[in-house]
Amino acid sequence: MFIINCPYCGERDQTEFSSGGEAHIVRPKQPTELSDDEWAEFLFMRKNIKGIQFERWNHSHGCRKWFNVVRDTSNDKIHAVYKMGEKPPANK
Amino acid sequence: MSQELRINNNKFIDQTTRLSFKFNGEKLYGYKGDTLASALLANNIHLVGRSFKYHRPRGIMTCGSEEPNAIVQIGNDPSLTDPNVRATEIELYEGLEAFSQNCWPNVKFDIGGINNFLSPLLPAGFYYKTFMWPASFWEKYEFFIRHSAGLGKSPSKPDPDIYDHKYYHCDVLVVGGGISGIMAAKLSAENNNETLLLDDKNTLGGATIYQNNDCFQIDGTHTNYWLEKEINKIKNIKNLTIKTRTSLAAYHGYNYLLAKENLTDHLSPDERKGKIRQRLWKIRAKKVIIATGSIERPLIFNNNDRPGIMLSSAIKKFIDFYGVKAGKEISLFTNNDSAYETAISLKKSGVNIVSIIDIRDKSSSKIVKEVEKHKIKIYWKHTIVNTEGYRRISFIEIMKLSDDGSGVIGKKIKLKTDCLGISGGWTPMVHLFTQSGGKLKFRSDDNVFLPDKNKTPSDQISIGSCNGDFDIKDIILNSNKAVKTFLGIENSSFDNLKVESSKEEMKRNIWLLPSDKPIGKTKPFLDFQNDSTAKDVKLALREGFKSIEHVKRYTTTGMGTDQGKLSNMHALGIIAETTGTNMGELGTTTFRPPYTPLTFGAIVGRNVGEFFDHTRKTAMHNWHVQNKAKFENVGQWKRAWYYPKNGETMFEAVQRESKAARESVGILDASTLGKIDIQGTDASEFLNRVYTNAWSKLAIGKCRYGLMLNEDGMVYDDGVTTRLGENHYIMTTTTGGAANVLTKLEDYLQTEWPELDVYLTTVTDHFSTISICGPNSKKILSKVIPDLDLSDEKFPHMSFKNSIIDGIKCRVMRISFTGEHSYEINIQSNFAKHVWELCMDAGKNYNITPYGTETMHLLRAEKGFIITGQDTDGTMTPSDLQMDWIIGKKKFDFIGKRSLYRSDTIRDDRKQLVGLLTDDPKEILEEGAQIVEKLNQKPVEMLGHVTSSYFSPNLNKSIALAVMKSGKKLKGKKFFVPMENKNINVTVTDTVFFDKENKRLNA
Ligand SMILES: [Zn+2]
Repeated sequence: MFIINCPYCGERDQTEFSSGGEAHIVRPKQPTELSDDEWAEFLFMRKNIKGIQFERWNHSHGCRKWFNVVRDTSNDKIHAVYKMGEKPPANK
Repeated sequence: MSQELRINNNKFIDQTTRLSFKFNGEKLYGYKGDTLASALLANNIHLVGRSFKYHRPRGIMTCGSEEPNAIVQIGNDPSLTDPNVRATEIELYEGLEAFSQNCWPNVKFDIGGINNFLSPLLPAGFYYKTFMWPASFWEKYEFFIRHSAGLGKSPSKPDPDIYDHKYYHCDVLVVGGGISGIMAAKLSAENNNETLLLDDKNTLGGATIYQNNDCFQIDGTHTNYWLEKEINKIKNIKNLTIKTRTSLAAYHGYNYLLAKENLTDHLSPDERKGKIRQRLWKIRAKKVIIATGSIERPLIFNNNDRPGIMLSSAIKKFIDFYGVKAGKEISLFTNNDSAYETAISLKKSGVNIVSIIDIRDKSSSKIVKEVEKHKIKIYWKHTIVNTEGYRRISFIEIMKLSDDGSGVIGKKIKLKTDCLGISGGWTPMVHLFTQSGGKLKFRSDDNVFLPDKNKTPSDQISIGSCNGDFDIKDIILNSNKAVKTFLGIENSSFDNLKVESSKEEMKRNIWLLPSDKPIGKTKPFLDFQNDSTAKDVKLALREGFKSIEHVKRYTTTGMGTDQGKLSNMHALGIIAETTGTNMGELGTTTFRPPYTPLTFGAIVGRNVGEFFDHTRKTAMHNWHVQNKAKFENVGQWKRAWYYPKNGETMFEAVQRESKAARESVGILDASTLGKIDIQGTDASEFLNRVYTNAWSKLAIGKCRYGLMLNEDGMVYDDGVTTRLGENHYIMTTTTGGAANVLTKLEDYLQTEWPELDVYLTTVTDHFSTISICGPNSKKILSKVIPDLDLSDEKFPHMSFKNSIIDGIKCRVMRISFTGEHSYEINIQSNFAKHVWELCMDAGKNYNITPYGTETMHLLRAEKGFIITGQDTDGTMTPSDLQMDWIIGKKKFDFIGKRSLYRSDTIRDDRKQLVGLLTDDPKEILEEGAQIVEKLNQKPVEMLGHVTSSYFSPNLNKSIALAVMKSGKKLKGKKFFVPMENKNINVTVTDTVFFDKENKRLNA
């Protein structure tokens, strides 16, 4: 069970957070203009990387803020934490 | 009590406190400080159980948690009995009662023992091969297997004991209180680290605390005396917490560890009363020092499993620590020097040593010379080829080993012995290290897997024999050095210790020792608990199993309650040897937590009974209780389900309530519906995006029903939202969906649409909701709020008014979930019960009838209103629900809109909501029942299922909602609902059964 450094609250136990899956999947501005395939890409396709993955987390039992985490899914090591809207750090 | 096998020792056993206990019904005695195992041995009892597959007699083999055989059932109280307890770990207390497991009718005569004679028929994978065919017989096989197998009985009544959880944070956690752990804890705590030291035994000091031998000295004293002084010193260090009887179960990432503290298992039942039995420690440590030691390996030879055959180190602990002789004529069988330490201990206590059989050519280390001084016969380069003795070992047969160790030569020698100590070297306990993500490397000198320093997760080290140091000199030197570096310490009190030890010079290892018989005729056991032999492993390899994980499962090696702590290494060794693989490349099987089993009690702690989950009660809850409501759980809420009167059944109560609500007036506590207060200049735009229908034009003071989808187009939640002001709405959600809807909306606001000026606040608990429905509801309202103009012109359906009841501000909505003329009063929760009582009072003359969730469900079903989560299951689109009218097709976008015309969502053979009527109006369908068209089709095509079903008292017939393939096209068609004993004829209808014209809303 890992520790996440919430950008608003600081280090907290993982049990306070919930995961929101892969980050930086932007909801299309005009979904109605997309083909079935394009929409499916947004709706279903996730990378599910073994290794460094950019993902969304919510401090659901704390400040309830969403933010981004760079986590190595193979060992749960967290390389970076940054707020929504901030630029992701360069891939290490 | 016979004292024959006791020596007048000693520090660790209180021989002035005699304790009585029972084993398999026989009354016996031991001393305070004994384990059940040491007390049994003192009573000359070795035979304690039967093996799992062949039911062979098995005896105490070890003195710790690695014990594979001495697994007992403690007590026979149906709520307190404890199965699978290791006799080597449980401390003796007055009145302890233990029973052998896995034997019937008793341990001395066991019917399953016949399996031993059938054993040529029971090779590896026997169960898999035999009982899988034919598949239809599985049920019969299962019965047989379950009755002949099984380890222990689980309690049949709830556990009355109290368990506890504790969260703990520290700078340094030291796991293991042997000599290296003691040194580490002292150094850590003395250097201002908040330190926690754990040990699973009741006494600190590991094996060194009873190592009283001239060969091993520190600063001129025997190691045991030196360590005792150190332990006394650390007891007074302020920032050191020591927990004994506490075993580490799991080591997770980020130095999060779980440990189980035993608080009362060593006490007599009387002393336990009112005390916490076990405490689960949830530890977050900045740094972890693993000092978990090592355990001795057995040797694998023919018939190596008889009672009386034990690890040599266990015999040493029984004599040195417990003061118990494991036998009177003991032999030792070894491939290394440590058995010679046992020999010295036995000799000192006056036990006769028959001989030492050593597979090595020779050893000239200090300790071996010491043993030779005692004139003990040592058979160098010999091996045991067979043992005799059914319930206890009686003879060993030995022969000389060939030079390459693959066979035996010369004459067979038979020696009489009543106990055999075996030593195959040592296995470092690397379980915790690997659990934490560390990787192992293989050291071929002595065939051990060790923590790889380069593949160790940060903020931890392993020291002592779990790190591969077995010589006391190395242990002290390397532990001191490693801890200093790890914690950044400059000077240590252990820097200049003078340590003397006996250095082991010769090693020889043979994983499977040869016999004079062919292997097929021998029984060299590897896993003593699961009865897998070296033969089984070889068979598995011949049959094509290559991965060690597969061999393990096929032969069940290492799958007992001891998880193969004792003999996994031999299995790996034999696999490597047979397949010609290097052991380092072969690797190990995965070490999974827990290291030793945890009780369910410790895992759940206090989260039992009413503390299992939060219970939410509405402000009117006590009124419902006083009025004899039955409750149902909806999420965490307790909701009034129905209010039986005068012994009514649920059916009768619901029929009465449903009729009353339509004929006069009913009252419902709807407080559990989720309520989200929405404010901000973009509130209307926000609702436009989250609901399928249009919201911009909703006038202030008006209400609207909304449907919320997921991005995949499936119905997610629904409810009525009211516009309270220009930029102010209150949204209601389903009871179960409230928290998730809030989270989802927050997600969109924070991540997709941060530009929107919208604020969400959950107010579910702040406001309570009283729903009053029926033709007389207006009369009640006019009584409790005389000032409010209730005319259809001033207060039409789907509108809202601020108002005051008895001086209390409230919001009144005229909305309806039943199709009746009805109102919902929302009021601050602390006044809600009072207002509820005012309404009840006002309704006295109108037979106002409180109704629960069941009647609510029935009334809405009469109207064909859906309940999300009951009539929907995450695969229903609005169109599937025949609710196309609610989709704002002209809207630019809303959550899920694009998905509504994906190729899959526009299929017309999707399951769609329909109404069902039974041909026999008295027949009520079962919710979940399947609907078919043809009765004699195999396999029968399932067209859909019933989602809601009731007997409508207002229509005097049974009604149901269902989802069916292409349901929209099926109106008027006939189908069957096959049940266990009958087939019910049904006809597809419209989903609205009652008041199709909605006349009653304004009645
Ligand atoms: Zn936070």
